[in-house]
Amino acid sequence: MPFDPHLAAVRFGTGLGPRHAPPASADEMLRRLRGPDRAAALWPVARSAEAVPSQVELNEAARAVREGTEAERMAALDRQAAMREAARAARAADFRAHLARRLDASDGLRERLHAFWADHLTAVARNGPGVHFVSAYWEEAIRPHLAGSFPAMLEAAILHPTMLRYLDGARSVGPDSRAGLNGGRGLNENLARELLELHTLGVDGPYSQADVRELAELLTGLSLDRDGLFGFDPRRAQPGAETVLGVAYAEDASLDNVRAALRDLALHPATARHLAGKLARHFVADAAPPALVADLADAYRATDGDLLAVTEALLRHPAAWSPERLKVKQPFEFVASALRALGVGGASVVALGLGDTRRLFIAPMSLMGQPWQEPPGPDGWPEEAEAWVTPQGVAARIDWAMERPEALMARIGAELPDPRDLAEVALGPLASGPTLYAARAAERRGEGVGVVLASADFQRR
Amino acid sequence: MDFSRRAFLRGLVGCSAAASPLLTPVTFAAAPWEERLVVLVLRGAMDGLDAVRPRFDAAYGPLRPTLAAAPGLPVEGGWELHPALAPLLPLWQAGEFGAVHAVSTPYRDRRSHFDGQDILEAGSGGDDVEGLRDGWLNRLLLHVPGAEAETAYAVGREDMLILRGEAPASRWSPDARLRLSPQARRLLEVVHHEDPLFRAASAQAVAIVDGLAAEGMEAGGAADHRRLAAFAASRLRGDTRIASFSLGGWDTHVGQPAALDRALSRLADAILALREGLGPAWGRTAVLCLTEFGRTAAENGTGGTDHGTGGAMLVAGGLVRGGRVGGDWPGLDALYAGRDLLPTRDVRAHAAWVMRGLWGIDRGVLEGAVFPGLDMGADPGLLL
Repeated sequence: MPFDPHLAAVRFGTGLGPRHAPPASADEMLRRLRGPDRAAALWPVARSAEAVPSQVELNEAARAVREGTEAERMAALDRQAAMREAARAARAADFRAHLARRLDASDGLRERLHAFWADHLTAVARNGPGVHFVSAYWEEAIRPHLAGSFPAMLEAAILHPTMLRYLDGARSVGPDSRAGLNGGRGLNENLARELLELHTLGVDGPYSQADVRELAELLTGLSLDRDGLFGFDPRRAQPGAETVLGVAYAEDASLDNVRAALRDLALHPATARHLAGKLARHFVADAAPPALVADLADAYRATDGDLLAVTEALLRHPAAWSPERLKVKQPFEFVASALRALGVGGASVVALGLGDTRRLFIAPMSLMGQPWQEPPGPDGWPEEAEAWVTPQGVAARIDWAMERPEALMARIGAELPDPRDLAEVALGPLASGPTLYAARAAERRGEGVGVVLASADFQRR
Repeated sequence: MDFSRRAFLRGLVGCSAAASPLLTPVTFAAAPWEERLVVLVLRGAMDGLDAVRPRFDAAYGPLRPTLAAAPGLPVEGGWELHPALAPLLPLWQAGEFGAVHAVSTPYRDRRSHFDGQDILEAGSGGDDVEGLRDGWLNRLLLHVPGAEAETAYAVGREDMLILRGEAPASRWSPDARLRLSPQARRLLEVVHHEDPLFRAASAQAVAIVDGLAAEGMEAGGAADHRRLAAFAASRLRGDTRIASFSLGGWDTHVGQPAALDRALSRLADAILALREGLGPAWGRTAVLCLTEFGRTAAENGTGGTDHGTGGAMLVAGGLVRGGRVGGDWPGLDALYAGRDLLPTRDVRAHAAWVMRGLWGIDRGVLEGAVFPGLDMGADPGLLL
C-alpha cells in the first residue's frame, strides 16, 4: 500500500506547514490517534458545566421573562441581551481554540475525524444566548470517542442536552404517560426520525413510519431538568412495550431500554454501510469507490463499530491514496490549512479579540457558505464540490485569500512568506506548474500568497 | 459547464439596459420573452394547513385545538389566511396573491426534508432520488431558444439544485464581493485553468462582479430575505426571466404559532420586496412558493406539527389568478396514511401549466424533459 506523506497531511490531516513534518506512515498516524489528545490539552474549550452563561442562568432568565412581574421581566430581558453577547464571545473563543488545534496539531487526523463525526451527529444551538454550547457538546460527546466505539459515541450524543434541545427530544412526552395525560403534551417525532435517517440506518435504510413512531415513543423518557441537565423521567415515558425494526423493548420504561435500542441501531448492518459511505465520501471522493465503502463497512461490522479499526481500514486502503485530489476543502478546512501553511501558530490566533475573529475568519466563512457551527440542518454540511464551488462561494474564498492573510500578519506582527516559498511549503510535490508560475509572476507578495491559496491545487485535497 | 466570455458580455450589455436609456430597443429583444417566473423554495416543509386554513372543514378544529384556536383572516369559500399574511391581504383582494391546496410532489412515506427538497428541486417522480442530478428550471432552459447565462438566476449563498445542470445559469449572493487587480485576475485564471469546476465558477464570479459594478450596484452587506428578493427583482428588470431563492424556518415541530408567524412574515416581506423591485414588470410576473411536503393534520405534543404529505403552494404576481384557493379539497376526514392531508394533484402539474401559460412551452417538453413522467392533466387555470 503506497503511503504519500504530503497527501497524508492534506487529505487526512490539517495540511502542510513550515512548523511540522508530514506524517511518515499510516502506523505513525494511528499511533498518535490512539495516544493522548495533546491538542485539546493545549487549547481547551469550555465544558458544559463551566459554560458562561450557564444553562441555569439562561433558564432563570427565561422563567423570569415568562412568569415574572413587569420589573423582573425587564431586568431579565436586559440580562438576556448581555448573555447573548457573552455567549457569542465564548463561541468565538472556542472557535479560536479549534483553529489553534489545527495549526499546532502533529495529529491532524484527530482534528479531521472530530469535524467529520461532529458533522455526522450535527446539533445546532440556534437560540441567541445558548450558541456557545455546541463546542462543549463536541468535546464531551464526540471527541472522546474518535478512536473508540460508535455505539458509545451515539449514546453520548443522543443523551447530550444540546442534542436533546436541538431535535426536541427533551420536549417529547408520551401521550399516555402521567405527564402527557395531565399536561396535554405529547409526542414529537423529530429526534426519532433523524436518529434513523441521519445518524444510523440512513434514509434508504429498512425502517418504516411505524418504526419512527415506535422509536419516538421509546425515547419519550429523555428529559432535561430545570438546570438543563439530562435525566430519565419515567413520568413522561410512553407506557407499553415498543417494537423498533422487529425488536421488542421491555414494557417498563427505562434508560436501559433507550441504551439497548441505540446500541441495536448503531450495530445494524445498514448503519455500517451508511457510515462507511459517509466516511468514503468525506475523505476520498464525492463518488465514493464501492470497494472502499464495502471494506469500511466490513471493518465496522467485524469490530462492532470500533472507529479505530475503521479509520485504520481507511488509511490502509489503496483507494484512499489515489493521487487525483477530487474533494474540495470546506471553508473552515481551507482557512485553517491556509494559516498552517503560512506558519501561523495557535498562540497568535488565540490572542486575537472578538472583532478580529469575526472580521478575519467568521464573517468570511459565512460568505463562503459555512457560518460557524450553523449548518442549515441536522444533515450537516454538504459534501459535493458543486455545493461549495459556486460563483459566490469561490468569490468569497478568493477575496479572503487576497486580503486576510496580509491583515492577519499585520495583526500578529508577522511577515507574509515569499509566495514561491509558500507554494513549496503548502503543496510540495503536489504543486502544479501553473500554481508555481503564478506564485513567481505575482507583482505583490500579498497577491502571490492570495493566488497560491486560491489555486485549485490548494483548494482540493 | 463552460461559459464563453462572449455569452457573458452579451449578458452584461443587456444587464445595464434597464439603467441606460442610450441603448437601442434592439437589446431588449435579446431576452427570449417578457413574462417572468420566480420560484421560491420554502425549506423545512411549510404547514399549508396553518398558512391557508380550511375553517369550513368540521374536522379542522378538533385536529388542532391549540393551533386552530387563534382566528385567521377570513377569505372566500370559508378559508382563512394565517394572521402573519396580513400584509399580503391587499394583494389577495387585488387577485395578485393566492394559494393551491392539497398538492405535493410524488414523494411518499419517507418524509425526509433532504430527499423531499431534492425531489422538489429535481422535479422527479420520486423513486429516482439518485437519478436526477439536475433541476427542473435548468432543464427548462435547455428548451428555450436564446436562453443565456443571465436568463436564469439562483440568488443566495447556497447552491440551489433547481438551477443546477447543463444549461448555463447565473448564481450570486447580494452580499458577495470580489476585489481583484487586473494582474490578480490574470493569475487566478492561470491557477484555476485546469480545474473545470473552479474555472467556471471564478469566471462567472468575475463577470457578475463586473456587471454589477457597471450598474453601480453596491457589493457586500447583508443577505437577508428582503435583499435576496430585491436582488432577484433587479436581475428580472434586466435580462433575467427566471429567478429562484429559498427561505427557511418552516420546520415547525415545536412552538408553531411563533415560528410560523416569523416564517410567513418573512415570506410576505420577500413577496412585497419582489413586487416593489419589479415595478411595472410585476404585472408580467408569476411567483410560485413551493415546499417539500406539508405537515401532519393533527398537531403534535409540543405545540407544533410533524412531517406530512399534502400541503399548499402559494402564488403571487400580476399574472396569477389570485384571491382564491385552488385545488381539489379532499376533506380532513380522509387522511393519507391516517395522518396527513391527502394530496389530490401533483404540484408539478401546476408549475408545468404556469410555464406553458407564460411562455407557450410545448406540453411534450414539459412532460418529457422538464418533469419526466408527469401527466399534466387539465389546465387548473392558475394564470389569468
